[in-house]
Amino acid sequence: MKKLVIYLMAEPETPELARAAVEGGADIVELGFPFSDPLADGPVIRRAAERALSRGMRTRACLDVLRQTHELVPGTPLVPMTYSSLLEAYGWERFADDVQAAGGASMIVADLPADERPELRRVQLVAPTSTDERIALAGARTDGWLYLVTVTGTTGARGEVSSALPSLVERARRLVGVPLYAGFGISTPEQARSVAVLADGIVVGSRALQVAEEGPAALREYVASLRAALDTDAVA
Amino acid sequence: MTTSLFGAYGGRYVPETLIPALDELERGWRDALADDTFHAELHALLTSYAGRPTPLTLSERFAPGKRIYLKREDLLHTGAHKLNNALGQVVLAQRLGKRRIVAETGAGQHGVATATVCAKFGLECVVYMGEEDMRRQRPNVERMGLLGAEVRPVDFGTKTLKEATSEAIRDWITNVETTHYLIGSCVGPAPYPELVAELQSVIGREAREQHLAAEGRLPEAVIAAVGGGSNAIGIFHGFLDDADVRLVGVEAAGAASLGAGRTGVLHGARSSVLADEDGQIADAHSISAGLDYPGVGPEHAFLRDSGRATYVGATDEEALRAFRDLARTEGIIPALEPAHALARARELDADLILVCLSGRGDKDLAEALIGLEKLA
Repeated sequence: MKKLVIYLMAEPETPELARAAVEGGADIVELGFPFSDPLADGPVIRRAAERALSRGMRTRACLDVLRQTHELVPGTPLVPMTYSSLLEAYGWERFADDVQAAGGASMIVADLPADERPELRRVQLVAPTSTDERIALAGARTDGWLYLVTVTGTTGARGEVSSALPSLVERARRLVGVPLYAGFGISTPEQARSVAVLADGIVVGSRALQVAEEGPAALREYVASLRAALDTDAVA
Repeated sequence: MTTSLFGAYGGRYVPETLIPALDELERGWRDALADDTFHAELHALLTSYAGRPTPLTLSERFAPGKRIYLKREDLLHTGAHKLNNALGQVVLAQRLGKRRIVAETGAGQHGVATATVCAKFGLECVVYMGEEDMRRQRPNVERMGLLGAEVRPVDFGTKTLKEATSEAIRDWITNVETTHYLIGSCVGPAPYPELVAELQSVIGREAREQHLAAEGRLPEAVIAAVGGGSNAIGIFHGFLDDADVRLVGVEAAGAASLGAGRTGVLHGARSSVLADEDGQIADAHSISAGLDYPGVGPEHAFLRDSGRATYVGATDEEALRAFRDLARTEGIIPALEPAHALARARELDADLILVCLSGRGDKDLAEALIGLEKLA
C-alpha cells in the first residue's frame, strides 16, 4: 500500500487537524516548525509560517504541539520539518533529542543537504538536479525513507505532475534501497494517483494547509480523497 | 563534508536542488581562476568599460588634522563598487553557458550593476527588490528599467534586501538549469563569499599600491562600511597580511549583524546574524538600504572572531552628518553606506586613514535631504 504523508504547520489547532488527517487516511504527518526565511517554500507555506510566528510558534511551542499531537495519534509517525537556523539556535543535538522525546519519528531539515552535518539523523531529500552520486549519498544517510523533490522549484501546487519525476524515480530505485516518497507540487487526487504509480508514497503540503483552514472535517475529507486515489487498483 | 575557509562560518545551507549548481559554479570558478584568458578578459572590461583603476583622493578639509584617503569606487561606472563583482560573475556565467541572470538588490546599486552587465552581454536579467527599497531608491529602479532589466517587487516580510535575497534564491531554485544567480555581496552558500571577495579584492590591491605611492607607507587604519560586506572585504583583502594596519568595519547601528548578532544560518551560510534566541531572523533598520540587512558575509564573522578586524556601528544621524559634511568640505556626495565609514573615520584614534568610498550618493538624495531636515 502506498504511503500518504500530510504536512501541517505547527499551530495550536494542529493536534486536532493531525487527528483528522489520520482519520482520513494519512500514514505520516509532517509538522512544520516555522522559520522566518523559508528558502525551499512557495507562498502558501511561507505565509503559513509567517502567521504561525506571529502567533508565537517558536521552537518550544512547536515541540509542545508535537507532544500533544503524538498523544492524540500515538500510532502515526510524526516528522518535524524545518530549517537549519532553528537547530543552530536550539542546539543541533538537543533539538534532535527533544524532538524524539516529544514523540517525533525523525525530522526533515529543508536547507541541510546530505553532506552537511551527517551525524544528524534525518530524512534526506533529493531533487531532479541531484547527481547519481548525491542520490546514493542521501540514500545511504537517510532515516527510513527518501524524500523525492519532484520539481526543480519550491513547494506549492502545480497544474501538472513534474515530467522530471519518472527519471528521478528510476535513478533512485537503482541507487537506493529505501522507500521513495515524492512531494512538492502534488495537490489533487489525480496527481496523487499518477505520482504513486511511480513512487512508494506521496507528500502533500501546500494544498493540505489550505484545506486545513476550513477545519478538521474538511481536511479529513480531502485526505480521504487522496487516500482513495492511492488505493485504487491501478496504484495499490 | 564541505570545507569552509572561514572557520566555523560559511557552508552550504541550501536545499539539495541547488547543490549541483553550486558544485558546477565552484568548478567553473576554479577553472576560470587558473585560466589566463579569464583574467585578461576581466582586466580589459575593468579597465576600458568600468574605469579602473579608480583614483585615491586625499581629503583635506573633511577631518582637519587627519590625512584621510578616499578610495573612489564612487567614480566607477554605475557609481559603486558593485560593478567589479557583476562583471566578474557575468564573465563566469558566460563560461558556464547561462543565459539568464537573477539578482537581489537593496540600495539598487547591485541591481544597476547587474542590469548593466546583462545589457552589455545581451542576457536576460531579473532583479528582485523589496517594495520599501523601491520607494526609497527610486532613481535606481528607473535605471534598471532603462537598462532592460525586469525589476520584480517583493511585497512581503520586511520588503527589503532580506526578502529580496530569499526571492532571488527561490527563483534560482526554480530556474537553476538556465540561470546564474549573480549575488551582490560576500554572503550566500559557498563558493559565493569567496568568489565575491576575490572579485572585489581589486579595490584593496589598487588602494594599497596607491597609498604607498602617495605616502611612502601604509595607512594606520582601513575603514569601510559593512552591510553584507563586499566593499569592506574587497579593501581589507589588500591589507590582511599587513599586521600593523588596523581593519575597521562600520555597520549601521540598527543592522549590526556582527556587533549585536549571534551565530545563525541565513541565505545559505552560517555566519553572525541578527536573530532572536529561537533562530528567527530579526528585522534590521537603517536609513541606508544597502546596510539594511540582518546578515553578513561569513568571512567578516571569521575576521571578527580572530581579532584581525574590528567592527563598530554608526547611527543614521551620524551617517547623515558625514554625508552632508563630505559634500560641503570635499565636493563629493557619498552614498549613505560609506557615509557610515566616514562618520567613524573622522573620530578614529589614527591620523593616516584609508576609507573605502564605495559609492556615490545621487541615489540617496531624496531620502538624505528628508533626514537632514529632521536633524536641523
